[in-house]
Amino acid sequence: MSDQIIFEDVSKFYGEVLGVNRITLSIPPGITTLVGPNGSGKTTLMNLMTGLIQPSRGRLSVLGLTPADATEFFSAVGYCAQFDSFPRNITGWQFVYDSLMLYGMEKAMAADFTVEALDRVQLGEAAGRRIAGYSKGMRQKIRLAQSIAHHPRVLVLDEPLNGLDPMARAESMALFEDLGRQGMHVIISSHILDEVDRISDRVILITGGYLIAEGDIHQVRQEVHEKPMQVLIRCDRPEVLASRMFSVNHCVEARLHADGKGVFLRTSELDQFYSMLNGIAAEGLIKIDSVAPADDDANAIYQYLIGTEGSAS
Amino acid sequence: MASSMATMRERLSQAPWGLWWIQGYRLTRIELRRNLFSWRAAWIYFLAFVPTFILLIHLVVDRHSGNSISEDTSILAGIVQLYYIRLGVFFGCLGIFSRLIRGEMIERSIHFYLLSPVRRELQLLAKFAAGSIAAILLFASAILANFVLVYVGFGAAGSDYIFNGPGLGQMESYLAIIVLACLGYGAVFLLLSMMFRNPTPAAMLVLGWEAINPILPSLLQKLSVASYLRHLMPVQVGAEGIFALLTVKTEPVPAWQATLGLMALIAVVLFYSCLRIRKLEIRYTTD
Repeated sequence: MSDQIIFEDVSKFYGEVLGVNRITLSIPPGITTLVGPNGSGKTTLMNLMTGLIQPSRGRLSVLGLTPADATEFFSAVGYCAQFDSFPRNITGWQFVYDSLMLYGMEKAMAADFTVEALDRVQLGEAAGRRIAGYSKGMRQKIRLAQSIAHHPRVLVLDEPLNGLDPMARAESMALFEDLGRQGMHVIISSHILDEVDRISDRVILITGGYLIAEGDIHQVRQEVHEKPMQVLIRCDRPEVLASRMFSVNHCVEARLHADGKGVFLRTSELDQFYSMLNGIAAEGLIKIDSVAPADDDANAIYQYLIGTEGSAS
Repeated sequence: MASSMATMRERLSQAPWGLWWIQGYRLTRIELRRNLFSWRAAWIYFLAFVPTFILLIHLVVDRHSGNSISEDTSILAGIVQLYYIRLGVFFGCLGIFSRLIRGEMIERSIHFYLLSPVRRELQLLAKFAAGSIAAILLFASAILANFVLVYVGFGAAGSDYIFNGPGLGQMESYLAIIVLACLGYGAVFLLLSMMFRNPTPAAMLVLGWEAINPILPSLLQKLSVASYLRHLMPVQVGAEGIFALLTVKTEPVPAWQATLGLMALIAVVLFYSCLRIRKLEIRYTTD
């Protein structure tokens, strides 16, 4: 059985409106972030992945399975959709428990799995209350609990951090990271790029229904040639370092850090840049504390490739 | 826990029919609990029990004489044929069955079902089963209550009519008619609720079709729920004026043939519904 989520030339049209066009993708296990502006096709991609809609053309499979075989497919896949609605008059416990009972498991086993899922999202105490009385954050959590309760191998999360307070957001991020480390596929779409960026292994950029880039975040960043890489160097004499680098390296931009103890340098020749930096450090004239890429995160890639600053959603 | 889940999946995958049975049974129970017995369905209870209420008043206010048993028997037949089959069960089933899929779409909660490990055809059949159970329980109770209220006022004569006369057989026929009506209209409205965002206009067309059906060619008459049920009526209703439209007599057909014909119609409608639900897409913005 394949361990990949595979899109082969998949297009989806809603009448004459384009959802996504000619998407060819292969997503390995790990955490993958879907990034794109409103209406770019992220939810369409997720709905295609989980069989809520069918492709107008092309084929897709998840771990070699298709939604046509619902029993196998939905045993392997969990989807936390962004639709903020639930069956009426139902408690959090019933919501998770009922969905588990449809897997054919015994009542005791379903109850154990329900407790486990509710504990993982830290919603145990509110489980007996009706979902209609939950806050937005709690509703988000109960959806998440339902989507992970059956131990899926693929977890698709559409804006899973919406409505969560900072503490709950951090807990959810830790949970996603943990699931990703266990070898699961975790596909996340989120507009809170700074947070998902910390745990993502891969990024998929999509806009207007077209796939713009995909792959390891650092690789994707390096392929954006028209925007030279930016590096933050923490040191005791940033202005001296900037002038030295400008004199010999292909530096195209320098900007002092706000605290005056570092400099952002942009270079089109990263290898030469690091080699030069090593030389300067070896001279001992400038004390370098740290060197780190400053714009090879999902947020920067989003801005460079899609162009709307900080408004991914 | 993950290993016990894997073991369970392995065990169930070896017995898919067993799994489908469990899933169908549980989904039906969930559906009954979540959707069908709630205050929102109050208007359907009202539809079912309006004649019962009127018969109760009739029982309390009017004096019954043994001579009017045949008259009241005709009235009961009229209530079943003119009210329940044409209006009560028709609109009750419209309310119950169109809720099952279209209602969930409107409330944006149907995706939870479509994301469950249950085959879509099975989901549809489980919803149909749940709707049928609810409708049958409701309307069969109403018919039973009506039957009792019609004859209880006659005392010993009424009891004699039921247990030593044709009463019990008539009651069984009415119950069978109600069961078949619920299944027939249920299947039709379940399909319509998948085909149309608002199934009510389409249901009005069905109502019109049912009304003019007796004057259509015999082949077209087969595409009607009421036409089959008419042949099962134990007491013929003589009606005049506008009511005559609802009771036009057609060529007599044996009861078994009418029952089989209706079951075949239900099977065809359900089969087509199963095909449609396989292609059902969730786009709440346009639904």
